[in-house]
Amino acid sequence: MSVTVRVERPAEAAPQAGGPFGRVARLLKRPPAIIGALVVLLFVVVAALAPVLAPYDPAKPDFANVRQPPSAEYRFGTDEIGRDVLTRTIYGARASLLAGVISVLIATGLGVPLGLISGFYRGALDEVIMRLTDAVLSFPFLILAIAMAAALGPSLTNAMIAIGIATTPTFVRLTRAQVLAVGAEEFVTAARALGATGARIIWRHVLPNSVAPLLVQATLTIAQAVIAESALSFLGLGVQPPTPSWGGMLNTAKNFLVQAPWMAIYPGLSIFFTVLAFNLFGDGLRDALDPRDD
Amino acid sequence: MGRYVRRSFAILAAVALLSAALAQSTLRIGLAEDPDILDPALARTYVGRIVFASLCDKLFDIDTTAAVVPQLATGYTVSDDGLTVTIDIRQGVLFHDGTAMDAEAVKYSLDRAKNLPGSNRASELEQLESVTVVDEDTIELHLSTPFSPLIAQLADRAGMIVSPTAAEAAGEEFGNAPVCAGPFRFVERVAQDRIVLERFEDYWDADAISIDRVVFLPIPDSSVRLANLQSGDLQMIERPAPTDLAVMRADSNLVVPSVASLGYQGITINLSNPEPRTDPLSSDVRVREALELAIDRNTINDVVFGGEFIVGNQPVPPSSPWYVADMPVPERDVEGARALLDEAGVDRVPFEMMVANNPEAIRVGEVIQAMAGEVGFDITLRATEFATALDLQEQGQYAAFPVGWSGRIDPDGNIHQFHTCEGALNESGYCDPEVDKLLNEARAAGDTDERFELYRQALERYLPDRHIIYLYHTQLFFPHVAAVQGFQAYPDGLIRLQGVSLQ
Amino acid sequence: MLPYVGRRALTAIPTLFLVTVMVFGIQRSLPGDPALILAGEQQDPAVIAFIREKYRLDDPLPVQYVAWVAQLARGDLGRSLRTNERVLHLIAAKLPVTIELAVLSLLVGIAIALPLGILAAVRRGTAVDYGGTALALTGLSVPNFWLGIMLILFVSVRLGWLPASGYVPLSEGVWENVKRMIMPAFVLGTGLAAVLMRQMRSSMLGVLKQDFVRTAHAKGQRGASVVVRHAARNALIPVTTILGLQLGALLSGAVLTEQVFTIPGFGKLIVDAVFNRDYAVVQGVVLITATSYILINLLVDLAYAVLDPRIGAR
Repeated sequence: MSVTVRVERPAEAAPQAGGPFGRVARLLKRPPAIIGALVVLLFVVVAALAPVLAPYDPAKPDFANVRQPPSAEYRFGTDEIGRDVLTRTIYGARASLLAGVISVLIATGLGVPLGLISGFYRGALDEVIMRLTDAVLSFPFLILAIAMAAALGPSLTNAMIAIGIATTPTFVRLTRAQVLAVGAEEFVTAARALGATGARIIWRHVLPNSVAPLLVQATLTIAQAVIAESALSFLGLGVQPPTPSWGGMLNTAKNFLVQAPWMAIYPGLSIFFTVLAFNLFGDGLRDALDPRDD
Repeated sequence: MGRYVRRSFAILAAVALLSAALAQSTLRIGLAEDPDILDPALARTYVGRIVFASLCDKLFDIDTTAAVVPQLATGYTVSDDGLTVTIDIRQGVLFHDGTAMDAEAVKYSLDRAKNLPGSNRASELEQLESVTVVDEDTIELHLSTPFSPLIAQLADRAGMIVSPTAAEAAGEEFGNAPVCAGPFRFVERVAQDRIVLERFEDYWDADAISIDRVVFLPIPDSSVRLANLQSGDLQMIERPAPTDLAVMRADSNLVVPSVASLGYQGITINLSNPEPRTDPLSSDVRVREALELAIDRNTINDVVFGGEFIVGNQPVPPSSPWYVADMPVPERDVEGARALLDEAGVDRVPFEMMVANNPEAIRVGEVIQAMAGEVGFDITLRATEFATALDLQEQGQYAAFPVGWSGRIDPDGNIHQFHTCEGALNESGYCDPEVDKLLNEARAAGDTDERFELYRQALERYLPDRHIIYLYHTQLFFPHVAAVQGFQAYPDGLIRLQGVSLQ
Repeated sequence: MLPYVGRRALTAIPTLFLVTVMVFGIQRSLPGDPALILAGEQQDPAVIAFIREKYRLDDPLPVQYVAWVAQLARGDLGRSLRTNERVLHLIAAKLPVTIELAVLSLLVGIAIALPLGILAAVRRGTAVDYGGTALALTGLSVPNFWLGIMLILFVSVRLGWLPASGYVPLSEGVWENVKRMIMPAFVLGTGLAAVLMRQMRSSMLGVLKQDFVRTAHAKGQRGASVVVRHAARNALIPVTTILGLQLGALLSGAVLTEQVFTIPGFGKLIVDAVFNRDYAVVQGVVLITATSYILINLLVDLAYAVLDPRIGAR
């Protein structure tokens, strides 16, 4: 994860070419990014309209129709206690998207202020924050998430908290690097000389310049968080039964690979497409916002 | 270049031939879990007992019907007052380190099992006061009270005899390289990966052993375990997923012997652990009866276990000689259950059910949740990691918990500690002095018919209270490749390699 | 520059201290009592009391922490609560497995990433470029554990080409060993390839613009030869740096991959120890992992300082 930070580190704080409209225009010129955005949107709609779209009740078993292969009645087949896999895949989008977005909100909510404080005030506070960040980063990401999710007890909320905390250091480092880069710019030095307060400088100058890289990082981290949530659910540390989640469905499905492969294929594909969509979008966003490539 | 390649191929071919020759009498067995410490006194897991069956012989063993038979002992007599048990020790038996297995060694092992700090055997040998050596091949066990299940305890880990020389020399390290008198000797262990044993040439029953090497490989995922069996990497696996049995039976290369286990699975309901609870489920037996009637045991068996297990309603399976036949498995009765709830004056009964955090246990929970929901129970499932579940159970922070018991040879092991007021495994907080009295008498009674009658009377008292709703009994399966011959399944789930050969 | 090196090296010390606190803190905040697990099915109160006493589980947490750090200072990582093995032995036994997996995954990652990255850079803006990028992102987006399951399903179960799982030490034959590593290494390698490919592409783009490449072109050398002889070689330098840093990510990925393929490596050791509340093992393994990560980072930063004096001046 530190890698992304390193690659991202905007030491040069390049002037933003073309203004917001130019950026949007450049984003629109990238078909993969548009596809990514559309797929994300599609999954959001599916998650929001799950009760309308899903043909069955996601939690109601049908003991007479256990592990039925895909058919006209059950498009994606049924699972090990006779629930419709299509329905559960549709509802599963909720856990994955929620986990992806909320854990990143937690990470930015913690990481951005810490990074601002660290970068702006420097000194002892900076040292403490940076050492903490280093310490968290030195844990393998998933192991940290597993340990925290186990400590908090298995639930979707706790999984989101665990993922959020585990991804926070990226945002601390990124924000801090932005502050340092922008702080060196002449207009900030000028503002300081004119007696502007710290909060005002952060609000007026630092934050606006940091939005773009933070947005890119957030999008890419959502992708990572979606995978992390499914991994925690796969280990039984996420969404609680009988609420469906893609990782949880895979956890069950792995015992029926031979008899009921459809139980593994559809939730897996859903995770894959969601993550790919966020990655494509984030990637396009990065290219559109970073003019260095052109 | 060409020559080099050819030579490499020659070497590869030689390696392949060599490994084929080595593989010929190596039996690779896939285990469902990684065993814990391999010290008979400290060991605690079911899966560890499977390894011990090849490594450490016991004073007694069981046959395929769970009847006790002699192993390192040749026979025993119990005094009339039931307080002295005299055991004859087999002569000419050697430990893996070449020292003699004699009465002194037996006394050493029993004393060790009882006194080693942290010994898990101490409670199993609670009634054993002292051991005296009568002569080289006879010992006397002196008991504080008559205790019929003792011989059955000695047919398990408590009866495993270890080399005193090795145990003294190894101290705390003994479990890392155990030395016993079993058919195979310990070679190496790589945690979570393999335990390797090789044939002990001087085994007292050496003719019964034709396998040269046994490798136990812990592979927790049942489908992966099966895939390795099918690909020929393993020759035998234990505890396959019951839902995979159809696949295995369709495979002409596989044989699937099976036997009913000694254990049970049920729902433990918290009545008063640590304090009496006031919710309807805990305080009103009619509500618990309604819950039992709401559950169709056959549906659980069919849906979750492919119909391969055995439904039950008592601590022992219906096939056991200790099963009380005039208290049969009740049928599902939705109207009856609803009527009971109405009688108890409750409309909906919400409660939280803790389930172990694995797909199979969750599935059982989901099936129960659905069936009980149709009658009037609103069950919230709380999938809880094993370690946490133990803790919550101990502290009484649960309402209901589907949990099982691996089972013991003597019925006392399945009943006494769960239903007596002070029983170590009485997590429900159930207490009925009359039941205590009956179960204590059953322990002391020497005659089987008399014991059965006492267990029946106790059952008639505690079963209707439904603090444990017994649901089903696992059937044990040992799928192996057809090349493995002579294997028999035993109800304690252990894999005994006497008489087993690899063609 | 030297003061920078010294200062940077010093920062590793408080970080390490924080790591020990975190490892200990998280471990002890896990619900569940190791004594209850160690007491097994029988739950004998005497055994439970003995275990609590033996591992000093009833001592106040600060006392336990200080005892642990003192033990560490003597170079002793303690013993597994579950099997009584020395944690150091456990680590020594697992490390080669995970290192082998990591090396093979790196090879897979490089084999995919380098050609793709070079091609994407050379044919910039074409379908090849977009296709390559999309392929790399695909690798990044597939959940490891699902890809593992799918490979087992199709390659092992359906086709029977490779064993589904497990690990065989090299001593039992190279092929025996490698054939079980192919699928796990592929699973981990694809994720890695995405990161490497992106880095390769962008550093190739940078190099291609430089004078010596243009000169080589001008001298009439053929395109492919220029790319391979000059550009790719120079572009590799930043990619190599990234490789070192990916070790942490690899270990994270190895956690689930080892779980799916039942490979007895580091990742599986940690996860099983967390679930078993095997305090000594969790603490020891995570500490070793975190320490090596900090050291690698330290070395990389110092190498940067040596290569680019501006950093030291900051």
